[in-house]
Amino acid sequence: MNPAFSVIFLTTLIGAGQGLFMALVTGQVYSLANLLEPQDNVSFYAMGSALALVLLGGGLIAAVFHLGKPSYFFTRAWRGITQWRTSWLSRELIALPAFMLSVFLYGVAHYFDMTRPLFVIKDLVPVDATLLLGVTGAVLSVVLFVCTAMIYASVRFLQEWYSPLTVANFILFGLASGFTLAAAFSAWSGIALVGFFGTWAVIFTVLAALTRGFSIYRNGRIKHKSTLQTAIGVRHTKIKQRSMGFMGGSFNTREFFHGAGRGTVVSVRLFFVIMVFVVPVVLLAASNAMQSAHLPIVAFVAQYLGLMAERWYFFAEARHPQNLYYQTVG
Amino acid sequence: MTQLALVIDLNVCVGCHACVTSCKEWNTSGWAGTMVDHRPYDADPTGTFFNRVQMFEVGEYPNTETVHFPKSCLHCEEPPCVPVCPTGASYKRADNGVVLVDYDKCIGCKYCSWACPYGVRELDEMQKVMKKCTLCIDRITDESRPENERKPACVLACPTNARLFGDVHDSDSAVSVAIRENGGYQLMPEWGTQPANHYLPRRKTRIQIFEDELERADNPLKKEAPLPAAEGETLDDVAY
Repeated sequence: MNPAFSVIFLTTLIGAGQGLFMALVTGQVYSLANLLEPQDNVSFYAMGSALALVLLGGGLIAAVFHLGKPSYFFTRAWRGITQWRTSWLSRELIALPAFMLSVFLYGVAHYFDMTRPLFVIKDLVPVDATLLLGVTGAVLSVVLFVCTAMIYASVRFLQEWYSPLTVANFILFGLASGFTLAAAFSAWSGIALVGFFGTWAVIFTVLAALTRGFSIYRNGRIKHKSTLQTAIGVRHTKIKQRSMGFMGGSFNTREFFHGAGRGTVVSVRLFFVIMVFVVPVVLLAASNAMQSAHLPIVAFVAQYLGLMAERWYFFAEARHPQNLYYQTVG
Repeated sequence: MTQLALVIDLNVCVGCHACVTSCKEWNTSGWAGTMVDHRPYDADPTGTFFNRVQMFEVGEYPNTETVHFPKSCLHCEEPPCVPVCPTGASYKRADNGVVLVDYDKCIGCKYCSWACPYGVRELDEMQKVMKKCTLCIDRITDESRPENERKPACVLACPTNARLFGDVHDSDSAVSVAIRENGGYQLMPEWGTQPANHYLPRRKTRIQIFEDELERADNPLKKEAPLPAAEGETLDDVAY
């Protein structure tokens, strides 16, 4: 497949935004259980939600540029929510605004200090508006992760994507980058949660390395169902295309080929393995030792750049069966 | 239920591209138009087509065979491109099984093209909506035309009659008979998409004939050798 930058930005930005929101809610739940110091409503929760919204909004803008024409966003995109019964893309178009709304409300509730308990569970857990909104948002975040990943994992013709590993990767990459960003955000605003978020970021990064490593291994030895024999229905071991029927290229030659050489693809893979998995873990460990306010930020930037390369590779490694029909210009 | 489809006879197709050009001519000025051409006279021309004729070489020189292979939307009975569409622009007509795109609803997200293993959907570079073969829906459903003209443009244009058009759910239609009697098959059956379009394989007419059927053993004109009668009965003595 040919990687589209709109989709690379969309999936990496909203992934980090969802992960950051999950980190905020995790922090709130931990402090509810008295495992962490309670944090300031405005400078931590409201600002963190605003940061998550900025990332989600950036993803939404990137998505607009994935439409045929950006103007379709205003004239036609509303139809995208109508086919949720069958289309994961349609489900994502519902889940994304719903999640953004809950992040917005969560930030607003914290900003206006709506932390008076509404009810208390078993005289132990005081439940306020922010907790309800946070849990709702966290559920919607998982729903959005699944919808986004299933857009790719449900296309059975792209066998490299047609796997539960795709869903695991999207969730773990989002959580890893989001928790790294939470650590960076804490370090930047001088909040004492750098170690907490950094530890979770390392855990999610290691888990992501396992699932992504396994999917690289799986895709390296995948056996494609379609062959030139089934594509044209001729039973012969030696078939060659001599002409694809045109010489100037078409949508089929642009959309499904990335056009990069084998060397480039392998280099991109090496780059993202280092930038997504190795560099952030080393930097987060170093920042923990040095109590640095800047290293977590560098860790997030490195991991985000790596994730963009990872998403490029994710597209480049998927080989579409239609390419069997477009081998030779002739 | 009716399922309109094409049956393409690879035994007859000569790869002349008449179906390609007539398709473009009809559809660029019809319901599905326009089909844009970008830079048509420059070094790097590109454009939207619903139908392509490709060429494959089967075997190794000198035992090769050329297969001309026309390819357009196969109007699958289980079209994988339809359920993935987020806007409902991609649909399959209930009355005749033709898979179509509503160009006023399409947002150009290209997701349906990912979900087609045959690569028959093309994004129009000008309108930025997905386009594909309509089986000339504006022509085959036009009741003001005489019956014999209610066929896709490619079928009418084919000089060798390699393209048949009809209802593959009607057992007695010409297309069903052709599929049944001439070994019609579907492309990429491994995906279970049940393409309505079928292809007829290349066929060779061979007669089964043995050496002794070509040559009479006791031909009296063979003066050089003794007649086989001296050696006993031959097949020609007993078979008459």
